[in-house]
Amino acid sequence: MISTALTDLWYGFGVALEPHNLMYCFLGVLVGNLVGVLPGMGPVATISILLPLTFGMHPVPAILMLSGVYYGAQYGGAICSILLNLPCHPPHAVTCLDGFPLTKQGKGGTALGITVIAAFIGASFGITEMIFLAPFLVKVALEFGPAEVCSLMLVGLLAGSTLAKGSPLKGIAMTVLGLLVGIVGSDIETGQPRFTFGITELFDGVEIIALALGMFGIAEFMNSINNTETVDMKYAKVGISDMFPSKADLKLAFWPMIRGTFIGSLCALIPGTGPTIASFVSYATEKKISRTPERFGHGAIEGVACPEASTHSSVQGDFIPTMSLGIPGDTVMALLLGALIIHGIVPGPQLISQHADIFWGLIASFWIGNILLVILNVPMIGLWVKLLSIPYRYLYPSAMFFVCIGVYAASNDMFQVGETLVIGIVGYILLRLDFHPAPILLGFVLGPRFEENFRRSLLISRGDLMTFIERPISAFFLLICVVLIAAQIYVWLRKPKILQEEKAIEAQVPSTTYSELAG
Amino acid sequence: MLEKFKLKRDYYAGGLMLLLGVGAAVTGSGYKFGSLARMGPGFMPVMLGIVLAFLGLLIAGTALGSSEPDDKKFLPSNPQWFGWFCILAGPVLFIILGHYGGMIPAVFACVFVCALGDKTATYKSSFVLASGVTVFGVLLFHYLLNIPFPVLRGVNL
Repeated sequence: MISTALTDLWYGFGVALEPHNLMYCFLGVLVGNLVGVLPGMGPVATISILLPLTFGMHPVPAILMLSGVYYGAQYGGAICSILLNLPCHPPHAVTCLDGFPLTKQGKGGTALGITVIAAFIGASFGITEMIFLAPFLVKVALEFGPAEVCSLMLVGLLAGSTLAKGSPLKGIAMTVLGLLVGIVGSDIETGQPRFTFGITELFDGVEIIALALGMFGIAEFMNSINNTETVDMKYAKVGISDMFPSKADLKLAFWPMIRGTFIGSLCALIPGTGPTIASFVSYATEKKISRTPERFGHGAIEGVACPEASTHSSVQGDFIPTMSLGIPGDTVMALLLGALIIHGIVPGPQLISQHADIFWGLIASFWIGNILLVILNVPMIGLWVKLLSIPYRYLYPSAMFFVCIGVYAASNDMFQVGETLVIGIVGYILLRLDFHPAPILLGFVLGPRFEENFRRSLLISRGDLMTFIERPISAFFLLICVVLIAAQIYVWLRKPKILQEEKAIEAQVPSTTYSELAG
Repeated sequence: MLEKFKLKRDYYAGGLMLLLGVGAAVTGSGYKFGSLARMGPGFMPVMLGIVLAFLGLLIAGTALGSSEPDDKKFLPSNPQWFGWFCILAGPVLFIILGHYGGMIPAVFACVFVCALGDKTATYKSSFVLASGVTVFGVLLFHYLLNIPFPVLRGVNL
């Protein structure tokens, strides 16, 4: 098993190192790093804008580039948190707590250096996890019939909506809303147009790019216009020479990095708990087991190393359920799944065998991309720091242009721009009512496949709903759903102590208006 | 008792979900419902609509029971009517000018109007930004990526 994985990986490097693919991988991580640094732009919006531009490309470089944006943005996001105390990307919000005090003490460079090392270790472990776990998951998943797929999707949807931030009830409501938006268009079996209100352009369904850019682009800009804090560049002066941590710092940060990596890789495996939760959990754990917990919050290097390692390990691990089962764990993964579908690739357990070039090429490109990112971030740190000072008033109008032209390019149709506008207004109203838009995209992407499998499984069982319970694997997934709901009710009634601690940490993180962007 | 019925944001939230759910279920009931064994196109919309309406009731219901302080503000503390207007006007201008004029006027107008929404923006700064983005955008999307979108309608560039 190990030897086949290594042969496949070798093949993957062959794919990823083709000059064309390598170029797009580099482009992806470069753009990702850039939007990661810029406050107010997130990977969701960026991937949506880039997606239509990949329509004419071969799927391999397209997926390599779009994925590169996601993990590239994680490298950039840490810079923003550590130097400016701006948690523009939720997974890095917790890094502010110790990163910024370190910057004030003049050790910002060291913190960034440790971050890069932690990121690389975390990512490497996440990738290794994917190499060995994904083929195993596929072996299990190939046994799935429509009933199992249905129950598994239910787990994914429920976990995605209840484990994310905010009220779980509202999360589930958003998922159902997403499923309803996914229904818009012609019915797959009968061709009957549903929820189209006679608009011909809607017969093909709502455009995923319009939905993503409306919710995470226009709605977000409306939320943050004239509402952003002025950026304080007082401490943000870092050169390459500051970035090499001393031996003592490395020694202090080593075990936290390993622990963070471990927590992150575990969180990646639980659907719905992405990098943000991983970083909070690992920070809380590190603070608890530390012999000197009072140093946390005043510039403890462990407080930077641990959450960063866990974020990156979780980001890479996030790809596992998406690529092996076709069940995305968060918004970015939902979007990537949408990208695969647009490129004519059916996501699911057959992906690895049918599109080995994409799967193994992607894994190999993770290694290459992470190495590229380390190279990008160490010598070019000065440039990224300069980018931090670009004010928001220049950013959002330019971003609006990219939103408009990106949606237009998806189908060369002005109707889609209008559709995005409407979704943006609705998205802002939902934001004001404390709904988090992330589960909508999840429901939207999974909706059509959920309906198809639900119909098929009941067709096979001749309308007997018991089929979901009688089949053992399906029953197991449904049991997980019940546990998830029961856990939410327990939390709501009892409010356990560990959650209060997490809330306390959350409360310390500086508030920001760029809340939703990284999903 | 009446005191309890102060407007909280969650009432709006629950109400909106209830409305959307009922709307979806009613619209969906117009399609063929079918049976469990042979579901028609109306089955899912009706079911999901009912679930959403029920969730709406739950959201409003938990707000009724919660003892958290009253939060009736739907609008943020400093509403940015002009900023919102500018952001929304950008894409509208993009559609109209893109349809009748072409890429250059569409991009310029979109960025210019959006930029005016910031309270520190001036006509001059917005003009400079819009010009820059237009030049960059046309070069990138028209000449490099070949998006089928005429630069100026009627003029062959």
